[in-house]
This record gives sequence, C-alpha cells and structure tokens, in this order.
Amino acid sequence: MTEPSPERPASGAAVTAAAPAVDLWRRFRGDGVAVGGLLVFLVVAAAALAAPWIAPQDPYDLTAIDLFDGRLAPGEESLSGTVYLLGTDDQGRDMVSAILYGLRISLMVGVVGTLFAVAIGVLAGLTAAYLGRWWETGLMRLVDFQLSFPAIMVALILLAILGRGVDKVILAIILVHWAQYARVIRGAALVERNKEYIEAAQNLGFSRLRIMLVHLLPNCLAPILVVGTIRIASAISTEATLSFLGVGVPITEPSLGLLIANGYDYLMSGQYWISVFPGVALLILIVAINLIGDRLRDILNPRLRT
Amino acid sequence: MSETGTPILALEAVGRRFERSIDMAERLLALFGRRPDRRTVHAVDSADLAVAEGEVVGLVGESGCGKSTLARIAAGILPPSAGTVRFRGRDVAGLGQTERLAYTLQVQMIFQDPFASLNPRQTVGTIIGEAPRVHGLATGPAVAERVARVMHEVGLDPSLAGRFPHQLSGGQRQRVGIARALSVDPRFLVCDEAVSALDVSVRAQVLNLFLDLRRDRGLTYLFISHDLSVVRHIADRVAIMYLGRIVERGPAAALFATPTHPYTQALLAEIPRLSRRRRRFTPVAGEIPSPLRPPPGCHFHPRCPHALARCRDETPALRPVAPGRWSACHLNDQA
Repeated sequence: MTEPSPERPASGAAVTAAAPAVDLWRRFRGDGVAVGGLLVFLVVAAAALAAPWIAPQDPYDLTAIDLFDGRLAPGEESLSGTVYLLGTDDQGRDMVSAILYGLRISLMVGVVGTLFAVAIGVLAGLTAAYLGRWWETGLMRLVDFQLSFPAIMVALILLAILGRGVDKVILAIILVHWAQYARVIRGAALVERNKEYIEAAQNLGFSRLRIMLVHLLPNCLAPILVVGTIRIASAISTEATLSFLGVGVPITEPSLGLLIANGYDYLMSGQYWISVFPGVALLILIVAINLIGDRLRDILNPRLRT
Repeated sequence: MSETGTPILALEAVGRRFERSIDMAERLLALFGRRPDRRTVHAVDSADLAVAEGEVVGLVGESGCGKSTLARIAAGILPPSAGTVRFRGRDVAGLGQTERLAYTLQVQMIFQDPFASLNPRQTVGTIIGEAPRVHGLATGPAVAERVARVMHEVGLDPSLAGRFPHQLSGGQRQRVGIARALSVDPRFLVCDEAVSALDVSVRAQVLNLFLDLRRDRGLTYLFISHDLSVVRHIADRVAIMYLGRIVERGPAAALFATPTHPYTQALLAEIPRLSRRRRRFTPVAGEIPSPLRPPPGCHFHPRCPHALARCRDETPALRPVAPGRWSACHLNDQA
C-alpha cells in the first residue's frame, strides 16, 4: 500500500455486494401489491400459453363446435351433455376456450409490439440525446408530429390501408408506440450524458457506440423498464380496440377485443356472457400489468427510497 | 521550473464560447423582424498556459471563472472555439486518429465529483479495466492484474474490484477515479477540483497520493482548485484566473509572497492564518460579475481598489513583470 492505512469498505447495509438487478428484485419482493400483480400476470400468461393443453375445446377446430350449442348461458348443459362453465358464443364456441386462445393473441401482440417499439424508441432516443444536432432535431420533431395525432387514429388509418392481420396489428402498435419511448429515453439520456462519468468515458477514448451502449444505456434502464411495462398494457388495449372496431386481427384468430365485439350484438338481449367474460379477462390482465408498472416506478424512484 | 523547452502541453490563445442555441420559435420570430436574443458566454478568453514535463501547475479562480472549461479543453474533452492546444509541440486539432487516441490517453482527467464521475452500473474492476481492455493495453488475465496493480498503487484494496461505486466512501471513489485514469498510463493529469468534494482528512491523503504518483510515475499535473492552500501545497507554478482570463502567472513561492495583480492580492488576503492575531477580514468587494455581460476593459476593474480610468476601456495584456512572472494589469506600466 502506498498509504499507511488503506480505506476500509463503507460500513452499513451496503457491505454486501449486490448487482442492481438483485437489489431491484429484493425491493420488488417486499412490495405486496407488486408481487400480487406479478402473480396474477404470471397465472394469466401461463394459462394463455398452455391454452392448447388446458382449454376444454379448440375454438379454431370447426368440427368440435356444434351450432346447436350456440349462446348457452354459463353453467348450462348442452344437448350432448357438456357443461359450459362460462357459456358459449353465437356459434356454440366454449367461452373458456375462446378466452384462453384470445389471451394468447392479445398477449403476443402486446408483448411483441412493445419489444420492437422499445428497441426502436431506445435507439432513436439514445442517439438523439447523445449525437444531438440535426439528427436530434429531426427525430424529435418527427416524434412531436406523431404524438400530436391520437394513437388510435394513426393505427386505424394504417390498418385501413394494410388490411387485417396479426402481423399488421403488431406493425401498427410499433408505429404508434415507438415515439413515446423515444421521448422518454431521450429525456433520461439527456440527464445522464451530462454527468462526469460520460466525460470520463470520452476522455478514455471510447467510441461513441461504446459510450452509448455500455455507459449511457444501462443508466437509462429504469425509465425504460417502467414505461415499457405500463405500455404493454396500453398496447394490449390498443389491439383490443382495433379488433373491437373490426380492423384488427382476422376472425380466424380471435383476440379478446374481437370476442367482445362478437358478443356486442347480444349484450342487450340479456346474453351478457359473450362480451363480459372476455372483457373481465382483458381487465384483469391490464390491471395486473399496470400495478406492476406502477410499483416499479415507485421502487425505481430514488427519491422515494427509504 | 522554467518556461523554456518544448512544454508537454501548451494552450495558446485558447478561447471557448458557449452560445445559447436558437430554437424554431425564435427563428420564426426572426422572420418577423424580432432579433433573437443570442447570448454568448466567453467561458475562456484567449488563455495562454504552458506546462513543462514533470511540473505541477496550479490554476486558481473563483467558481464560474472558466477553470473547468479550461480543464476540459486541456484534456481534449471540449474543443476550443479559438486558439490552439499543443501536445508535445503538435497541434492536437490536426492529429490523425491513432495520434489523437494517444494524446487522449496520455492526458487524463480527474473529476471533481466522485459520485457522478463513476458509472453507477459498473463494478470498480470494470471501471478501471475497461479502457486497457478496449484499447488492447492488456488482454485476458492481464487486465485483472493491471487493475489490481493500479488499485494497489492508489491505496485501494484490490478485493474491492467487485464492488459498485455506491458501496464505497467518497475518498475510495476518488481513488477509483484516479486508478481509472492511471490504467491507461497517462503522462499528464488534469485535476479539476479533484479534492474539493472530499473531507478534510481524506483530502490530505489524496493530495499526498498525487505527490507520490508524481514521484513514482513522473507525472505532470494541471491542478485546478479554488482553494489556495491546496494549490500552495502542491504546485510549482500558479496561474490565477478571473472571468475567463488568466490575470497572473508565476512560480508558486514568488506569487504567494509578492502578488502583483490586485485580484491575486485580494485572494491572498482572504486566506485565514493562525499567525495573524488581529483579524481584519476584508473580502473582495462586490460580486463576481455575470459572464454573460462581463465589464469592458479589465474584467476586474469594478472590484479593484486601484482602478484607473484606463482600466474601463483597455484590456490589459498578460506581460512579463519579472523573470518567469507574468501579470495582466495596467498598474504594472506605471511602476
């Protein structure tokens, strides 16, 4: 040692070395609402993923469906002796199965759409904040321009041009959502890029790509995580809205929104279950995701740390 | 230390302006004849400073006088908007990519805030080892060896390499910052208020570390501080800065003994001393003026007790007043 007494590690809670991810999980675990939301989400997601194995019926298989079973109330027994727990729709499809398969489509569209939108938004926001100049001006004016239109309108126009289809709905969601991420990430990155550790990285002769990806990006992860989680719920509801309006997924791959739309005609005839149960499933999914996102925001907010 | 021979780093008439950018709304207003409010800050105004190999040059000034901007220009983080920076006699603006990298690595900066200057998502080992690894100064297991060696050199236990910055104390973090700079074998350290954020007890240890490193590695320093006692302890030569200009420059001992510029005199009068029994505390009169609208002529004239009519109109040049001593004051002409 060049010093007579090398400094000792800081005492207190910080002595145990912990990666930020581990630390995050520890604080997340202590939050009842967050854990509850996560559990509900995991159960719903697991049920959706396992639909082909746990659903009583394959709603895509027309031979399994009996038109005479159409619009049976929940718990009612059909002529063939099958009990439909949540009733059937107008074509005699079991609602439990339809909801499970519908959740698959809704989740897939929401998650895939959000992942791509986050990737594009992060790329745009990071480069805008770090490179600046005309690139930043151009990108951010584009973001302003896009955000000045209601998201649903942009998606509607796009789908009116492209036509129906799961892939097209995902494309519409990416296009509608990337701008939000770009703006949030740019804001976070602008704060971080003025800190001295970025100057230190420049001083060590690192490339701009390395500074952006290794130094800037990891320090902007907290807002990405929070906004990303909350926006998954928003993407799912965008998809449901589009499908409800009849421009979303095709009738052969019914999502929750489409199921709600199917039951809409019978809602006033007292046959509530065709719309209401898919609606409840959608509600549970979105509330669970929003709870997780909301709690993540509190947990990751350094000012609320105790 | 002399000013002859090729200095390791020379700033020649270096200036740096910061301009507020004009946004679209103002550009639209400009079309209708409203002149945009283009405010310019001259953070550094034609500063000359040469640092010889092995020397420690102290740069002193009040906050907001452009010290940190000058530090960043010297370290190559900010390009100057006027003047030239020469490293070993060569203009750094004209360097090719490999030479530019060599200059960047040879001149390393130590930052003021030990909390903001370390990437909070990286471990100490990664922070120190990243540059040698990326630039191929060490590969494979040699990276860890190099990290352990510099950590040892700055008085950190190499077992701390797995820690994150938030698990360390302020003094430890500053040592990590120094180790990071040393990891690329620099010849020159620019220390921007490197000990100001530290506790007094730790400050002395870190200052001694700088002196040890100077002895062991033959480092050259540009040591920036607002704290005269720190500079007096460490520097061979001192430059005094006021509102973007260097107003006095000279060997530390002589400058502290007989300051020539009224601003330096006022600064030195402010150092509290135990030996001075009768405490007559006279602060520099007035506030430091806004760098947006610096006073004309000599920037110091509104606060100067000896100001002449000439000081209001004419900017005094930095001129030699004695061997090795330079001062920018009209009073020197009268003597």
